Amino acid sequence: MSTTLPQRTRGHPLGAELGPVPMSLPRRVSVRVPVLVATALLLAAVLLGISIGPADVPILTVLGVFVSHLPLLHLHSGASRLDQAIIWQIRLPRVVLAGLVGAMLASGGASYQGVFRNPLADPYLLGVAAGAGLGATIVIVSGPHMTELLPLAAFIGAVGAVTVTYLVGANAGLRASGASIVLAGVAVAALLTAVQTYLQQEHSQDLQQVYAWILGSFNVATWSDVLLILPYVTLSAVVLLAHRRLLDVLRVGEDEAGSLGVHATRVRLTIVAAATLGTAAAVAVSGLIGFVGIIVAHTVRLTAGSSYRVVMPVSMIGGAAFLILADLVARTAQAPGEIPIGVVTAFVGAPFFLFVLCSKRAQQGVR
Amino acid sequence: MATTKVPSLSPSAAPPVPTTGTSAGSAVVRLCGVTVRYGSTVALRETSEWADRGEWVGVIGPNGAGKTTLLRSVARLTSYQGHIEIDGVSTAGLSRRHLARLVAYVPQQPELPHDMPVADYVLLGRTPHIGYFGADSEADRRRCAELLARLGLEAMADRYLGTLSGGELQRAVLARAVAQDAPVLLLDEPTSALDLGRRVDALELVDELRREWGLTVLSAMHDLTLAAQFADRLILLADGEVAAVGRPSDVLDETLLGHHFGARVRVLRDEGELVVVPRRSRSTPPLGDRGGHDA
Repeated sequence: MSTTLPQRTRGHPLGAELGPVPMSLPRRVSVRVPVLVATALLLAAVLLGISIGPADVPILTVLGVFVSHLPLLHLHSGASRLDQAIIWQIRLPRVVLAGLVGAMLASGGASYQGVFRNPLADPYLLGVAAGAGLGATIVIVSGPHMTELLPLAAFIGAVGAVTVTYLVGANAGLRASGASIVLAGVAVAALLTAVQTYLQQEHSQDLQQVYAWILGSFNVATWSDVLLILPYVTLSAVVLLAHRRLLDVLRVGEDEAGSLGVHATRVRLTIVAAATLGTAAAVAVSGLIGFVGIIVAHTVRLTAGSSYRVVMPVSMIGGAAFLILADLVARTAQAPGEIPIGVVTAFVGAPFFLFVLCSKRAQQGVR
Repeated sequence: MATTKVPSLSPSAAPPVPTTGTSAGSAVVRLCGVTVRYGSTVALRETSEWADRGEWVGVIGPNGAGKTTLLRSVARLTSYQGHIEIDGVSTAGLSRRHLARLVAYVPQQPELPHDMPVADYVLLGRTPHIGYFGADSEADRRRCAELLARLGLEAMADRYLGTLSGGELQRAVLARAVAQDAPVLLLDEPTSALDLGRRVDALELVDELRREWGLTVLSAMHDLTLAAQFADRLILLADGEVAAVGRPSDVLDETLLGHHFGARVRVLRDEGELVVVPRRSRSTPPLGDRGGHDA
């Protein structure tokens, strides 16, 4: 017979000769080392951020002030009242705020990249930036007496934009797919940006102020800003961390996640809602700081592995460290002037990211 | 009825259903009048079929006949009218998680994150056994290690999916599916990306696993010869309807296949096994006879 006939081979190579089941378990995703490294980086960033400024406070003094506040120890730091004031009232709120915003933008970016399975997704993908920008612009052009409403307006604008995006995108097409939501996000962002640009041109006297807000800054950071966003950021961080394993399940796509018992659309909605809430709160007090959401998560992926059990916590800690350091550069590089922090994140972050990208591409293939 | 009865060893397999004497009485998977529509197109019409415990049912038919749709409706990945039962329980009322402990599904083109290690990928199969916010337990990882060893993937546990060959990937996907410990395994064209040897290997492995654990296998298959060799029963779908059901020797009929596939086929017997051979639709004269070119 001329046709090639696949023969059934009774003795399969994987069959009977297999010995007893080995007990070497597959290793756990190693989370501890990356988390420790990122935490060390964060501590260093916090100390540097508090220590360096127009009036330098030595790092040992900073440490002394912290230790003196530890309960039960009754140590005296020996720091001057001025140093204490600089640390507690000026530097620390700014460092903490930058840390919270950085943690939120980085983990928000990682989450969006996960649920939309798109490496270019950042936390502004579904219209957070455009909505917050429009909200802030409306307040700024309405007159100087309204400025205390700016964070609220930016927050409402951001949450509102994403809500519209999600409602439109999830109802488009036969079934809710990630792609239709992303496309709806592009359209909503374009619309809101157009309105914002129009308002901006109509009130050109406020152009500088709007522009400054869009580039982002922490130069008026206070403890009240920290308290303002802390509940949202905490809630968001807890929800995102809790979903880190499910984000790994979503990596095999909606259908297969469904066949594994995960309700993909529901998980996606929860993650997007949490990420949006946190990002909107962050943006409301910091302005639109770009690039953090993309580079931090990808740097973690390239250096520590792509499982969200690593990416989520390490992005959170690493994002905080990154933005604290970026803010340090922003306020010291051209002292007494300040560079917009968005410029620093891109100017420092982009070359660093390209370096990581190039150095890791060569050694892919093994864990 | 060429039903293979094997004792169920799988820990999560439901207790044996008392056999009533008819084949349908012990059905693990049962579809009753299932209809699936995509817009105005009917992909599957009033289909009522079943698969017995431990049985391998092959779903064959031309492209667009509704094979994938049938499997997806059993996995509840598409909405349908009608009724589908697993072990006598309607799947419509089950949670996704519960259903995933009963039915494992391997799509035709699985999504394979290239930078995910094989062990992590296989562990994803334990998802239906892990709580919403839970983490994989020691037991989950032990099960995963057993399966990696059983499927010859031990040495590749730490390798990225992107570095595996087609045959290795197919085994990784199968390992993930059986890690669900579900009594029903749905395979959509499990061998379409494999070479001749790996096809037989992959199906042989499925056959071994189903005999070991009493799995019920429902698979869409393009290769009719392999379908005849491995499946206990075949369902021939055409235009969303069941055109024929029965033992491979009954369903693989030259006239029937020719009609529904729109192709000329020969069905040969080789040492008791059926071989389906496609034939060219036009007969071409040998090269030398084409005329005019001889000097």
